[in-house]
Amino acid sequence: MAASTTTVSIKSLAEESHRARSRIFGAAFLIIAFLIFWLFANGVDPVLQSTFGLNQGNVKAEDRLPDWVIPSYGTVVMLSVVSAAIGGAQLARGFGRYTHLMLGLIVLMFIFSFLTWATRDASINLAGMLRTSVGAAVPITLGALSGILCERAGVVNIAIEGLMLSAALVATLVASVAQNLWIGLIAALLTGAALAAIHAVLSIRYKVDQIISGTVINIFSTGITSFISAKFMQVYPDLNNPGTFPNVSIPVLSSIPILGGVFFSSNIFTYGAYLLLIIIHVGLFYTRWGLRVRAVGEHPKAADTLGINVLRTRYINVMLGGMAAGFGGAYFTLGSVGRFDEVMTAGRGFIGLAAMIFGKWTPFGAFGSSLIFGFADSLASKLAILRVPIPSQFLLMAPYIATMIALAGLVGRAIPPAADGQPYEKQ
Amino acid sequence: MSDSQAPSLVWRRRLQPILLPALAIFTAFVFGSLVIVLTDFSVLEAFKNFASAPGGSLSAAWKAIGTAYGSLLEGSLGSPARMIAALQSGDSKQIGDAFYPITESLVAATPYIFAGLAVAVGFRCGLFNIGAEGQLFIGAICSVWVGITLKGLPAIVHIPLALLAGAAGGALWAFVPAILKAKAGAHEVINTIMMNYVAFRLSEWLLNGPLKRPESANPVSAFIQPSAELPRFFPDPIRFHMGFFVALGVAAFIYWFLFKTTLGFEIRTVGANASAAKYAGMNITRNLIIAMCLSGALAGLAGANEVLGVNHNLANAFSAGYGFDSIALALLGKSHPFGVVLAAVLFGTLRSGSTRMQNVAQIPVDIISVIQALVIAFIAAPAIIRAIYRLKAVGEGEGAVFTRGWGK
Repeated sequence: MAASTTTVSIKSLAEESHRARSRIFGAAFLIIAFLIFWLFANGVDPVLQSTFGLNQGNVKAEDRLPDWVIPSYGTVVMLSVVSAAIGGAQLARGFGRYTHLMLGLIVLMFIFSFLTWATRDASINLAGMLRTSVGAAVPITLGALSGILCERAGVVNIAIEGLMLSAALVATLVASVAQNLWIGLIAALLTGAALAAIHAVLSIRYKVDQIISGTVINIFSTGITSFISAKFMQVYPDLNNPGTFPNVSIPVLSSIPILGGVFFSSNIFTYGAYLLLIIIHVGLFYTRWGLRVRAVGEHPKAADTLGINVLRTRYINVMLGGMAAGFGGAYFTLGSVGRFDEVMTAGRGFIGLAAMIFGKWTPFGAFGSSLIFGFADSLASKLAILRVPIPSQFLLMAPYIATMIALAGLVGRAIPPAADGQPYEKQ
Repeated sequence: MSDSQAPSLVWRRRLQPILLPALAIFTAFVFGSLVIVLTDFSVLEAFKNFASAPGGSLSAAWKAIGTAYGSLLEGSLGSPARMIAALQSGDSKQIGDAFYPITESLVAATPYIFAGLAVAVGFRCGLFNIGAEGQLFIGAICSVWVGITLKGLPAIVHIPLALLAGAAGGALWAFVPAILKAKAGAHEVINTIMMNYVAFRLSEWLLNGPLKRPESANPVSAFIQPSAELPRFFPDPIRFHMGFFVALGVAAFIYWFLFKTTLGFEIRTVGANASAAKYAGMNITRNLIIAMCLSGALAGLAGANEVLGVNHNLANAFSAGYGFDSIALALLGKSHPFGVVLAAVLFGTLRSGSTRMQNVAQIPVDIISVIQALVIAFIAAPAIIRAIYRLKAVGEGEGAVFTRGWGK
């Protein structure tokens, strides 16, 4: 008797909180709809037009798409009405499991309204902007994938930032000395794996708190990379000149209008990230290996009972995660600027973790949220050109603030692997 | 097992709390010297002839380590011979010069005390405040603003006001991750780091815009009013100021607060075992928020102390990573206020000596971060130290646990 009443009351409590949350979302949607109107439509002259360029710089003249010209005021008003309608529907009956998607849509509309407002009576290259977004999303995606590999096996890894930073340095140094980008890349992967192995030993063997162990590696990486950079690379500039991987257009895919230039004419880091996305997705959810990894992350004791070696699985996964982070670290130097600067990762590893949480520990979810963060990243640089009356420093805050909002809004409902962060002791 | 072993066990139990940190620091320095040797071309050159002349290569390595750590010591404590000579000469300028390094170490230790206390208070409540660096920036901004804009106040009012403004700024900056943790369950580690970046951008903007000194080309603020400056005790090159004593007072206050008040007890209970605290009727949310804000206030004081006592204005990137180092020293001091003070003096000494090491031995100051990371690793994993030195474990409580997944 007692047990059944408890179940009932828990169920109704859960439903209650679900409804309350659904209402909060509805109210938030309405507020955003209002903000869209108030911030970006209010006081805009209806005759002004926003122009978006749809071509990458290198497109041949005969393939060029015409610019996309839209009325600034009308577009923003329409978007705010659509947002309000979604908010109203959310309040009235709720979107249930599609609430996430609606939130994403509304955020997109907010950003697009902002762009429309910022480009009123001006023009911006939308295609170029999307392209830089994808570029900025690559290291974040790789960081998130690294996090997924570790956390699906039950090890929290906040050292990704440090792994990336060290890998970026080693990649530059080795590639400069060997005059070969590929050797630098391999060195970066090994660096990531080696540092991740330290994290694994500290947190699995010595059962150090995983947050502290990650922090150790972050501080160590900051120290050692700045040390080496100051001691050698600033003295001998030849050691800091590896060059970058060239852009390669994928034959058929890159000729798709707009999207081809955005997604498929980039360097190996972007393609590597796509490949890893698919491999990790299939691996985790459709293979025996993935089932075992997830079992270790959710219920290590049960996995152990079934004969899965929990500790070995964790070691392997943390080191694979380290390699993913190392690949992401090499992007910063070999895939982007071709030079190492002190603390150049600037929190991208942490943002990757947020993307992982935002994407509910799934590879494609993480990629989607990385694209949003990447967009926030590229927004800052592009808007500086548009003489928007917002100081660039505030725009540069955008990815960090977006990360905090994402964590606060979603961490309660995105459920991490059950044994995430807990050391396993064989009995 | 037998009775005859009991006394040695008692000794071990008494000694290990001191022995382990000491060995951790020692081992970290040994690893640090490895890094120094491996990155020194002259030593590596000498080791090419290791087979024919092992003595020469070893002495080259020894010389590199000796120069590095020797200059570190001389930069942080000064040279005893010079001190004696200066005292004998009785010339006040010479005495000042001779004792300058040691006072500089205390100047560097002061923000460490505040920031270390900040992280320690967080630890005591089970919170990992990596945001001390950002809170320190905001504290510095707030107190520099009060120091510049309020005019005509007597120092006895102006200084406390400016310090309080710094504390309030830091507390406000910590409040954001605190409320996000308490209400939404978002992990404070990521959020405090994100708040750091936001704080850096904010100070960059302020120093290029509203707070910029008009006549300067660099992003620096104007100087604070003399009435807001923390008094210094000695003539000019010596920057030793009252902040050090304020820091000691605050450390004593934190000790009293954590161990002698009900609220402090509650905070420690929440940190030790949140479910037990909840069962005993304590309000977890409230305690988390109070502890985090107190932590932020202390970090803010570290920033206020730097601008009011040392720099007298705010420049971009004025903090030498105090916020991050403070994690290491809070762990080293076992999150106890007095332990933190000792660890802070040690780190201050290292930090102020490292500049000289960079000049004399061409070893970048960043080696200190490497050594600090190793200290944290060894403190957090005492099993490594025990394995190296073949110490036996004695039943001692291990540190706090923060990894509780990403939710509440």
